[in-house]
Amino acid sequence: MLESNKDSAKLDAMKRIVGMIAKGKNASELFPAVVKNVASKNIEIKKLVYVYLVRYAEEQQDLALLSISTFQRALKDPNQLIRASALRVLSSIRVPIIVPIMMLAIKEASADLSPYVRKNAAHAIQKLYSLDPDQKEMLIEVIEKLLKDKSTLVAGSVVMAFEEVCPDRIDLIHKNYRKLCNLLVDVEEWGQVVIIHMLTRYARTQFVSPWKEDDGLEDNEKNFYESDDEQKEKTDQKKKPYTMDPDHRLLIRNTKPLLQSRNAAVVMAVAQLYWHISPKSEAGIISKSLVRLLRSNREVQYIVLQNIATMSIQRKGLFEPYLKSFYVRSTDPTMIKTLKLEILTNLANEANISTLLREFQTYVKSQDKQFAAATIQTIGRCATNISEVTDTCLNGLVCLLSNRDEIVVAESVVVIKKLLQMQPVQHGEIIKHMAKLLDSITVPVARASILWLIGENCERVPVIAPDVLRKMAKSFTNEDDLVKLQILNLAAKLYLTNSKQTKLLTQYILNLGKYDQNYDIRDRTRFIRQLIVPNEKSGALSKYAKKIFLAQKPAPLLESPFKDRDHFQLGTLSHTLNTKATGYLELSNWPEVAPDPSVRDVEVVELAKELIPAGKAKKENPAKKFYSESEEEEESSDSSSDSESESGSESGEEGDSSEDSSEDSSSEQDSESGSESKGENKRTAKRNSKIKEESDSEDGEKENEKSKTSNSSNAESSSIEESSSDSESESESESEIESESRKVTKEREKKTKQDRNPLAKDISLLDLDDFNPVSTPVALPTPALSPSLIADLEGLNLSTSSSVISVSTPVFVPMKTHVLLHRMSGKGLAAHYFFPRQPCIFGDKMVSVQITLNNTTDQKIANIHIGEKKLPIGMQIHVFNPIESLEPEGSITVSMGIDFCDSTQTASFQLCTKDDCFNVNIQPPVGELLLPVAMSEKDFKKEQACLSALHLLSKPRNANRNE
Amino acid sequence: MIHSLFLINCSGDIFLEKHWKSVVSQSVCDYFFEAQEKAADVENVPPVISTPHHYLISIYRDKLFFVSVIQTEVPPLFVIEFLHRVADTFQDYFGECSEAAIKDNVVIVYELLEEMLDNGFPLATESNILKELIKPPTILRSVVNSITGSSNVGDTLPTGQLSNIPWRRAGVKYTNNEAYFDVVEEIDAIIDKSGATVFAEIQGVIDACIKLSGMPDLSLSFMNPRLLDDVSFHPCIRFKRWESERVLSFIPPDGNFRLISYRVSSQNLVAIPVYVKHSISFKENSSAGRFDITIGPKQNMGKTIEGITVTVHMPKVVLNMNLTPTQGSYTFDPVTKVLTWDVGKITPQKLPSLKGLVNLQSGAPKPEENPSLNIQFRIQQLAISGLKVNRLDMYGEKYKPFKGVKYVTKAGKFQVRT
Repeated sequence: MLESNKDSAKLDAMKRIVGMIAKGKNASELFPAVVKNVASKNIEIKKLVYVYLVRYAEEQQDLALLSISTFQRALKDPNQLIRASALRVLSSIRVPIIVPIMMLAIKEASADLSPYVRKNAAHAIQKLYSLDPDQKEMLIEVIEKLLKDKSTLVAGSVVMAFEEVCPDRIDLIHKNYRKLCNLLVDVEEWGQVVIIHMLTRYARTQFVSPWKEDDGLEDNEKNFYESDDEQKEKTDQKKKPYTMDPDHRLLIRNTKPLLQSRNAAVVMAVAQLYWHISPKSEAGIISKSLVRLLRSNREVQYIVLQNIATMSIQRKGLFEPYLKSFYVRSTDPTMIKTLKLEILTNLANEANISTLLREFQTYVKSQDKQFAAATIQTIGRCATNISEVTDTCLNGLVCLLSNRDEIVVAESVVVIKKLLQMQPVQHGEIIKHMAKLLDSITVPVARASILWLIGENCERVPVIAPDVLRKMAKSFTNEDDLVKLQILNLAAKLYLTNSKQTKLLTQYILNLGKYDQNYDIRDRTRFIRQLIVPNEKSGALSKYAKKIFLAQKPAPLLESPFKDRDHFQLGTLSHTLNTKATGYLELSNWPEVAPDPSVRDVEVVELAKELIPAGKAKKENPAKKFYSESEEEEESSDSSSDSESESGSESGEEGDSSEDSSEDSSSEQDSESGSESKGENKRTAKRNSKIKEESDSEDGEKENEKSKTSNSSNAESSSIEESSSDSESESESESEIESESRKVTKEREKKTKQDRNPLAKDISLLDLDDFNPVSTPVALPTPALSPSLIADLEGLNLSTSSSVISVSTPVFVPMKTHVLLHRMSGKGLAAHYFFPRQPCIFGDKMVSVQITLNNTTDQKIANIHIGEKKLPIGMQIHVFNPIESLEPEGSITVSMGIDFCDSTQTASFQLCTKDDCFNVNIQPPVGELLLPVAMSEKDFKKEQACLSALHLLSKPRNANRNE
Repeated sequence: MIHSLFLINCSGDIFLEKHWKSVVSQSVCDYFFEAQEKAADVENVPPVISTPHHYLISIYRDKLFFVSVIQTEVPPLFVIEFLHRVADTFQDYFGECSEAAIKDNVVIVYELLEEMLDNGFPLATESNILKELIKPPTILRSVVNSITGSSNVGDTLPTGQLSNIPWRRAGVKYTNNEAYFDVVEEIDAIIDKSGATVFAEIQGVIDACIKLSGMPDLSLSFMNPRLLDDVSFHPCIRFKRWESERVLSFIPPDGNFRLISYRVSSQNLVAIPVYVKHSISFKENSSAGRFDITIGPKQNMGKTIEGITVTVHMPKVVLNMNLTPTQGSYTFDPVTKVLTWDVGKITPQKLPSLKGLVNLQSGAPKPEENPSLNIQFRIQQLAISGLKVNRLDMYGEKYKPFKGVKYVTKAGKFQVRT
């Protein structure tokens, strides 16, 4: 049929052949006929021929060569699928002669434009290496080239090739480390597993341990197993402050989203990465994901539970919250049940032991007897680990002795034996009870255990022990070897302690043992006889026989079988099998000093840029993974990170969030502020956070110093941003600042009045505004304040007295005159006075008064002057100069000054003429006593405060005398 | 990595083998058979077996063993996960992953395995890509193929393979554009003798069936996303969106797939929809026992509970059971000692019960533990956690898709200890 001209017939034939291959039948004799069809046009026939070739070419090397030229032609095919599959088949044909051709093809393919072909080239590397390891050097070159590849398609395969060919050439990774970390989320899941495992190893060689900083329980636990010297070393190192390498952080951060993968292998890989290289405090997040995997298939459960068991020994806290997830179901397979039990035991502590014991009670009754036995073991372990419950457990186990199932009873006996051994307390009752069990129990281990116990405690049960020995002697021949040995031991011990009763019995048993079929037992018999039975030949040893047999025996330690697994990398085959699998690569210990981190810098120019931000930028990858080209991504993250590194005072978190918002079009901040461009957004975000910070710092008055420094640093960075931010963000921040500054001025007014300290504060606040160009419009709402305020401040600086007041001219002078002397009473002389509200020229404390004198008579009035003054104490009058004469109908105005001493008391004096004297009074209204003054509201308030009780000044500022 | 693969059926026949590197003799499977013998039942065969030259990693699926041969260190989960993916693919292609189906389609199986692994390293595992490379068999296609002689192997590289969206085929076209989501929640619980809940937890998945043309970009939001405690995603979901907005944003694969699986934190009290009254007793020194169980609804949120099935693994000494159900039917398999009671719906007026006698092997001691009851049930139109889909938005395409969400609550590993 293969010779047929019809494709359908050929296809049919090929299908049958493939069917034979699948069943494992030999179809090699058809090789020549099949090989002819390798050039077939029909793609399905071609594929099936490929399948056949790959299977049998190794056996028929010469004939296989016939097909090579076809592949070589196909390697040049314009269709990338055909190129790739040709390379695949060519490299899969394990014929040593074509190694050079393969090498050439790989080299060519590694430079192919199609990433799919390059991926196949990476696979071909491994195949060629396994065929001819001599090509290693050449292949490493190709690997080096492919490692630089930026396609996510290639990354996984090439790292796989790296692991296979040259896992020790860690130097090849340096330059690509960051790229791999960043690409990780986009790589297909299988590649992720391989890359994560490789990076774990890499991190262990390149970074210093982040664990030293931790002072948690775990460390203490670790120290527990280490010698004192090491501990000292550790504490020494602890003193050094640890800062995590940014690349280390990058790896940990970029792998975190992968915990959410649907692929159990990826989750496990990330979990082991966290376990092995992250700071202990951060490893906690893996437990949740691992517990999720427990819902998966039986096989996955098995592996995951094994790993959890190892982890839970070292760090109980990690899985304690999930305790109930490890409860056993009756439908679980036994292997899963025992693993769960193991974990439950590891997690047991004083707090949860009672719940656990109740749960164990259910398990003990399980139909699955193997599991029930394991549970009893577990109870024993809990009893030894947690001293509070030892007695409870022991009692429970004793109850189990009356169980109907033999396996359960036997297991209980063994566990009780171990427990009793640990507790040298009297447990005679239990031993007696167990002695009785000897009649019924048939399981050898249990019988042996009971006998050993009785022998060990024979002095405590002096009555029973010989009786037991008697019974055993009867049945000796029918016992299991294990039991026989213990009978011999018991006999020996009893002979030493109670030789009177047991001498004959022992002799009898020793005789039986002498002729036993098992040479072990014969040996033991001979040995014991020589040791305990005194005769001439026996040397010094027999004296010590008692010491030998009844020495204190150390209690056995009940430990988890997973104790020793922790030196294997978690999640590996070696860990599962607990032996070193071929090709297992040890995780190295952390280096004492980190190797030069600069080796990972891709190019010198990019050094600064890449350090921190590359990692941050990449975190959002999963979100944008399929619509951005990876290369672009990298560049953009680099450039945008520039500003980041400049403003170094940023905390990591903040920088991160802003970074994200700038890059990720769909992030939260973006959606909040709508249509603005990303860059802007980022700045506003920063801005807002900063302003918040400011107001925070202002609240705390005591933190003057602090706020100053933080403000200034903030201002610096914000001013950088300010220059580039546009109106949109400005207006937003403006309003913020405005309200802010209003608050500031108010506060300022208060504070200046107090004393000098607030002044310093004030200045810092002003500074703050000055840094912000936007703050100029801020002053607008209260423009008049600023200049006077500064004057105030100056005044405060110069003197603290209240005489800062600048006297201003009166706005309004009332022309109202008061009668001083009526013309009727003054015999024609009339006098009026009014207050001109002028500063008095006679003295600054005097109020100026103008007096107008009128002569209403028809005669001259001569010598008008102030006569006797009757003034209250302290009041002074500066009189006017005497007027020599006043013409009839004439008037004259004079001014005088009176110091009223700020009171409204009447100033009485005599106005005298040549002939007469008239008594007159001047009583000033309150308003006239005041001095007009320009004063800020703040000053006013301050002054007001000074005045305390005397609220005479309760006039609005600026308009003082306008009563 | 994966050296060879053997498919073995329950009776121990190797019915398919595939080698990606040099041929490994079938005799390596003898180690596997040895382990299988040692293990009491198939469930207990250890997944990882070490032999002098190789390591065998196996999975058990649908009464078949997939045994892979490994030569060097590899993460075991990697292999296990891959083998399950292979089985899933078979299921997807042939409707079932059985010996017969695989034997019938051995060529396609071979082609698939060839594409899925190259040199033991997974190559294409996305079902969408594979289906473009190798067309799944249908009756129509096999007829057409036999007439025209065309093949069911694609001759161009699937675009998904190269793009950044490897899970989606290019050029998808539907006349009816539909997007369906099934929110399926399972209650895992252990109920103790007295009816108290020892442990309860809700495990949920959202399975999607998306038949949308072009490159739709979907976003699915929930009314109460905070409920979800731990989530694992299909690779198509943008993790960042979820982190920041709790919205599932994704370009879906074509066809059926599992969008997310989640766990609802066990801190929340889980409503247990059914209760079981039981009295099972075996009399001392007599070959009989009594068996009596009644099922009733409890916290069912006003929905009917249907599809109730009770499965009991009776102790080995049980010979036979004479029971009378008030509702449904029961079967007892005397070989496996499994009692199955198919109840159906619960009507609160008359609670279904199953009563009767148990015949025990005479002379054997009475079993000391009562068997635990495994219960299955289903509640339609209810997600027991209270999770609700808020809305589904589509971007990137012009047409209006038909959207639908279905809620189902089921019993997961629901066990009542008696």
